Amino acid sequence: MKKVYINSIGSISAQKTFENASFLETIADYNDTVLPAIDPVYKDYIPPAAARRMAKGIKMGVVASKIALAEANLENVDAVITGTGMGCVVDSEKFVSAIIDNNEEYLTPTSFIQSTHNTVGGQIALGLGCNGYNFTYVHASISFESALLDAKMQLETEEAENILVGGVDELGAHTVKIHRLINHIKPEAVTSKTVLNSKTSGAVFSEGANFFVLSNLRAAQTYAELLDVKMFNTLEIRTLSKAVLTFLQVNGLFISDVDLIILGNNGDVAYDTYYHELTDKVFAETPQATYKQLSGEFHTASSFGLWMASKIMKSQSVPEAAQLNTIQTSEVNTILLYNQYRGENHSLTLLRHVEV
Amino acid sequence: MSKGIAITGMGIISAIGNNVAENYSALIEGRKGISRISKIDTVHRDAIMVGEIESSNEALIQQLDLPATNNYCRTALLGAIAAKQAIADAQISDINQYRTGLVSSTSVGGMDMTETYYYDYLENTNTQKYIEGHHAGDSTQKIAQQLGIHQSLVTTISTACSSAANAIMLGARLIKSGKLDRVVVGGTDCLSKFTINGFKTLMILSDTYSTPFDENRKGLNLGEAAAFLVLESDAVVKAENKKVLAYVKGYGNANDAYHQTASSENGDGATLAMEKALKVAGLKPSDIDYINAHGTATGNNDLSEGRAIINVFGDAIPDFSSTKAYTGHTLAAAGAIEAVYSVLALQHNVIFPNLNFKTQMKEFAITPQTTLKEKELQTVLSNSLGFGGNCSTVLFSKNA
Repeated sequence: MKKVYINSIGSISAQKTFENASFLETIADYNDTVLPAIDPVYKDYIPPAAARRMAKGIKMGVVASKIALAEANLENVDAVITGTGMGCVVDSEKFVSAIIDNNEEYLTPTSFIQSTHNTVGGQIALGLGCNGYNFTYVHASISFESALLDAKMQLETEEAENILVGGVDELGAHTVKIHRLINHIKPEAVTSKTVLNSKTSGAVFSEGANFFVLSNLRAAQTYAELLDVKMFNTLEIRTLSKAVLTFLQVNGLFISDVDLIILGNNGDVAYDTYYHELTDKVFAETPQATYKQLSGEFHTASSFGLWMASKIMKSQSVPEAAQLNTIQTSEVNTILLYNQYRGENHSLTLLRHVEV
Repeated sequence: MSKGIAITGMGIISAIGNNVAENYSALIEGRKGISRISKIDTVHRDAIMVGEIESSNEALIQQLDLPATNNYCRTALLGAIAAKQAIADAQISDINQYRTGLVSSTSVGGMDMTETYYYDYLENTNTQKYIEGHHAGDSTQKIAQQLGIHQSLVTTISTACSSAANAIMLGARLIKSGKLDRVVVGGTDCLSKFTINGFKTLMILSDTYSTPFDENRKGLNLGEAAAFLVLESDAVVKAENKKVLAYVKGYGNANDAYHQTASSENGDGATLAMEKALKVAGLKPSDIDYINAHGTATGNNDLSEGRAIINVFGDAIPDFSSTKAYTGHTLAAAGAIEAVYSVLALQHNVIFPNLNFKTQMKEFAITPQTTLKEKELQTVLSNSLGFGGNCSTVLFSKNA
C-alpha cells in the first residue's frame, strides 16, 4: 500500500489564513458569539459574474481549492471529495423562506439549484473540467474526516494519485437565529482568549473552507504524511482513552510518541469534558494545542484543525495562540488530532513528519 | 478481475410496498404507486403526481415504538424501517459481533420539519426539538441507533440523485480495504415542499404519470422511499454460512463537469461511470444482461443517458428499463431502491417493464423493455445520475 501525503493546503477562515506564506502571525481577536470568515478578494480567483451568483460557502470552497491546487502545482486532480455538515445553508434558507412567504408562487430555481449539498464539489469539478470521482459527505462533525478516509483508501490502492479533499460550511442567518434558541450558541459574547474557559453552554459559531491536495507522491512542498483517520458515531467518556490508545497502538505508537495533541475544544461546558478526559489524564504530559478559539465552531471546523496541524508540522512551531499548556516540544514528528461535537461523531487523525 | 462484495440482506419501503416482497409483487404485476399527493399541503396538488408512501408519520413512529418526545423527521423514520428490515433479512442477531458500519445517504434530510416549523421555531418551544434534526447526518445517526451500531463508522453521502449508489460504492470499498467486516448501505428521502417546488421551478415535473424514454415525456414524478442493503466480507459469509443474495461486482463514479443541474448532451459522465464500473468488475459490455436505467423521464436525462448507453454498448444494447414510473424519482434513495430491484431481477431472472412507454424517441433507435420479460440473468447494471454532474454506476452479479 502507498503512503498518503498532504501536499498542499488552502484555507479561508475567521483568521486571515488565505495566504499560505503566513501562519497566524497576527491573530484576529473577537468578542462575539458568531464569527464570519475573513474574505479574500474573490474576484482575484473567480470571474465576478460567476462570483455574484455564488453564496459565500461556494466561493470559499472554490477559492480554498484553487489555493491548494496552485500550491501543489496542479491543473487538475483525479478526484474531488468534499465534506460539509450543513451544506449550502444560505441558499436553502432563501428557498424555504421564499416558499413560505410567497405560498409556493413566484419562485426561481437558482437558490434551489445551489442548495444541493454537493454544489461546492460540483462547482469545483465544473471549474477544473474534472471528470473524476466526486463525492460529498454530510455527516455533522465527521463530514471532513469521511472525505479524508475515502481519499486515503483510493490513494493507498493507487486508484488515484492526487485528490482534492476539503471541508466547507457557511453561516446562515436563520440557522444562527434558531440555534441560539436551543442554546447551541453561547448566550453572550466571549473573547477568543477566554472562550475555552467560559464555563457556559454552547459554542461560538463560525464558517470556513479548508482544502488539501492529498497524494501518494511525495513532493518538495509536502506538509506531512496522513498516517490514519478513524471515526466513531458514539463514544462514552469512560471509553475514550481506551479508544485513543487502541488507535495509537494499531499505528505502532505509544502516548509518549505523540509530540503534540490538537483538540477541538469549543468552550461548551457540557461537552468539553471529553477533551479534558484526555488533557487532564493520559495526555497530561503531552504538548497540547486547540484551534476553535481561532476558527470558531462549525461542522467542518476540524478541517481548520488539520490545516493548523499541517502548518505546525512544516514550520515545526506551534503558534502561541494555539497552545493549551506550557509543555514544549523540540521536534514535532507525530501529531494526534481529536474532535467531537456535542458528544457525538468523534474523530482521530494522525500525522507524521516527512523529510523533504 | 476483482472479487465482488456479498449482499446478504435487503430492506425497502416505497410507494409500491412496505417491504421487499410487496415491492416485488408490484413490479411483476405492473402496479405503479403514483397518485395525487395527500400528505403535504401544497398549491401544486392538482398539477403534479407523486410516489407517496401510505403510512403516516404517526404510523411509522408506532411501528418503530418511539416515545412521543422523539424528534424523527420522515426521512429518518423511513430509513429506520428499511434498515431494520435489511438487518432482519440478513439474519443478524448481534450487530456488534463484527465490525459493522453504516453508510446512508439523503438529499432532503430533515427538511420536512424545517419547512413546517421554520418560523414556528421562533415562538414555539414544543417544535424546537426538530432544529437539531435538520442536518443530513441526523437521520443517519438515528438509523445507527435503531440498529444498535455504536463506536463505529457511521457516515452520510449527499450527491443529489446518485447518493445511494455512492453509499453502496463506499460500503464495498470499506470492506475491500479491510476497514469493516459489514456495512449497511442505502439511502432515504421523504417528499417535501422544498423538492416539489424546486423541481417545479426547473419545470421538470410531469402533470401526469411519468413516461421514461418516451418521445413525449413530460418530466418526472417525485417519490419518497428508503432502502438499505447489508454488505458482508467473505470471512463473515463463510464463518456464518450466510446465504448470499447477489454480489456488488463493480462500481464507478464520474463527473460530467458540464453544468450544475443538466446532464451533458452526449452523456459523457454517465459513459465514464459505466466504463469504470465494467473495468473494476473486469467485465465486458456484452456481460451485462439488463440495465436498470436512471430514466427519470425528463427530456434531458433520458436523452443523455440513452446516448451514454449507446456510447458504451454500441450496437449490442442489453435489455433496459427504468422502474421510476412505478415509484417516482426518490432522489438520494433511488440508487438503493434500484439496487434492491436489480438484486430481485437477478434472483427471479426477470426484467421489470418500463411502464407508460408509447412512442419511440426520435434521437436514437434504442427502446426500453416494456413488458415483463423472463430471462436468465447473470449481471445487472444500475445507473444513478445527479445534480452537480454526479454520475454513478453499480454492477450486481450472481457470482462473486
